Amino acid sequence: MIRLERRPEPSRAWTAATPILAVALTMLAGGALFAALGKDPVAAIRTIFWDPLFNEQFAAYSRPQLLVKAGPLILIAIGLSLGFRAGVWNIGAEGQYIIGAICGAGVALALYPAESALIFPAMVLAGALGGFLWAMIPAILKTRFNTNEILVSLLLVYVAEQLLASMALGAMRNPEGGGFPGSRNLQQYPSAHNPELLANTGMHWGVVAAFLAVIGAYVLLNRHITGFHIRLAGEAPKAARFAGVRPNALVVFCFGVSGALAGLAGLFEVSGPSGQISIDFNVGYGFTAIIVAFLGRLHPLGILLAGLLMALTYIGGELAQFMLGLPAAAIQAFQGMLLFFLLAVDVLTNYRVRLGRGEVAR
Amino acid sequence: MKRRTVLGGMAAAAAGTLATPLRAAGDPLKVGFVYVGPIGDLGWTHEHDQGRLAVEAHYGDKVETFYQENVPEGADAERVLTQMCLSGAGLIFTTSFGYMDATLNVARKFPNVKFEHATGYKTAPNVATYSARFYEGRAVIGTIAGRMTKTNKVGYIASYPIPEVIRGINSAYIHARKVNPDVEFVVVWVYTWFDPAKEGDAAQALIDQGCDVVMQHTDSTAPQAVAKEAGNVMTFGQASDMSAYAPWPRVTSIIDNWAPYYIRRVGEVMDGTWQPAQTWEGIAEGMVKIGPMSERLPAEVRAEAEALIEAMRKKEYHPFTGPLNKQDGSPWLAEGEVADDGTLLGMNFYVEGLKGSIPS
Repeated sequence: MIRLERRPEPSRAWTAATPILAVALTMLAGGALFAALGKDPVAAIRTIFWDPLFNEQFAAYSRPQLLVKAGPLILIAIGLSLGFRAGVWNIGAEGQYIIGAICGAGVALALYPAESALIFPAMVLAGALGGFLWAMIPAILKTRFNTNEILVSLLLVYVAEQLLASMALGAMRNPEGGGFPGSRNLQQYPSAHNPELLANTGMHWGVVAAFLAVIGAYVLLNRHITGFHIRLAGEAPKAARFAGVRPNALVVFCFGVSGALAGLAGLFEVSGPSGQISIDFNVGYGFTAIIVAFLGRLHPLGILLAGLLMALTYIGGELAQFMLGLPAAAIQAFQGMLLFFLLAVDVLTNYRVRLGRGEVAR
Repeated sequence: MKRRTVLGGMAAAAAGTLATPLRAAGDPLKVGFVYVGPIGDLGWTHEHDQGRLAVEAHYGDKVETFYQENVPEGADAERVLTQMCLSGAGLIFTTSFGYMDATLNVARKFPNVKFEHATGYKTAPNVATYSARFYEGRAVIGTIAGRMTKTNKVGYIASYPIPEVIRGINSAYIHARKVNPDVEFVVVWVYTWFDPAKEGDAAQALIDQGCDVVMQHTDSTAPQAVAKEAGNVMTFGQASDMSAYAPWPRVTSIIDNWAPYYIRRVGEVMDGTWQPAQTWEGIAEGMVKIGPMSERLPAEVRAEAEALIEAMRKKEYHPFTGPLNKQDGSPWLAEGEVADDGTLLGMNFYVEGLKGSIPS
């Protein structure tokens, strides 16, 4: 008989080992899934995890693309992880991402075609502010009226999507676009463009911001009293109150930071890789970042690695789709397994597995 | 033992490399397809995939097709296209409007690869565009709707307020009014191409308002299911035949038929005669097909619809022929005047008689 016994405190070894175990289990179960679909499982796993990095035909292109794809994931996940640690649940990063993009692009489109070195910094500020303000809605509703921040932040994603569609079709529609939806392409507006900083590296300002956010979060959590409060509020809420943590201030802080970072991610995306405000501008970074945050154990360095791993499964998954003819749904299931297995093996962090007959429950 | 074989296999796999990107003479032409949605059983992406399968069936070993589903429009599309080029594609079809800038960006980097972008308006030396004159199909179903409605209210589930959709509403309305001057259109904008829940809600709302015909410019069969439930409401298949709902509520359909065009363009790349062009074909060329007519339609209505199809097949009739005024009453086309393609491609106004305004 298998029995779970609660550990006195979470195992440090398992905390580090579970993500690796989860990835390994995902590879095994995913391989079985691919085999059941009639594809060579080894080739499929290799195409997803190996080819984007080392295949001579693709790697020169796909390696830098890892940064492009991981940048927004890491930036958003870092913000979310602060709240998740404190027990503040911002599920609406996707909406804050959209609003950041709209605000940032709005500044650029309003100033078009003026050229100035100040335009891009102004866009960055507008993007962060947009995400911040959008996140303040659930934060203030929670602190003032005790609403559920999970529901409010999530539902505001759909509001943001409607706003995005309205912008793409109305206020921000490209007047030279022949009546089609979508704004001007900011890639063709030098002052507003967020370009690749070094050729063929994938580095753009959004990736730089993601790295800075990792460092910032690390310092905050380990060296700063706010970081201590965040950790304390999540791990021991009662002790936190005695230690003088103000829960409302913490909610506002966590939402504000995660909203601003998500807004920045949206701004860097719309001014760089994506280029324009369009109806389908958002592709789920805000939701995938939740997986990244947990896969990275809510730890800044873990999130950095998890973001890169997630990006790898996206890019490798695309390769597997057209090289091996795997259906897109199988790739999505594969990515879903990653979170599933992580949560499943997470039990080992807090519990010990004991074999043999258990004592009578008391 | 088992683990060793797995590890051994992985090591062997890691040492090997994939096919080289350059195509030698005699190698099959690699043709890539980028899809905006899942292939599924019907709808926009499904019909593009039917075209892909037709290419494979037609050319056999001489082509190798591959595709990617659910590709978001924007930065992801650019990466998928680049990876397809790196894997040796010679021709790539990008099957959604939102891939326009991504297609042009990648086309610049790979001048030897040919690109075909559906429904766009930007071309390059190696980028062609293609689309179908779906408004011809709308003329047919508009005629049937005008003849068949008893409440004189026709519901229209519209996706996004873009020229393509507005053209369809205008064409259907013009032809419904032609046979029934009392007809009125109720347009609902759902802001999606595929969302069964939203489409079903929209259909129900239209039926509740007294519409006994529901047209859709969206991909799912939810409106058909709602109409079937209502009993006395008529619908039309969109993109695919949707024959599962025949003979009622679905009485006929507008089918996207990309196969002839895809086969032709692949052949042109093979024999080196491919040129960038802006193709816009309709019933005459077979790019737009009208599905089988239901027995539930009276014979004279069917005959009238068939005659209209025949006139468009022979290019004797254009659905946008004057006299036509714009919604605000200002003249658009004089008696006998035919709309030019430029105006149609950028159409952003309703014709006279339609109620409501186009959201912006």
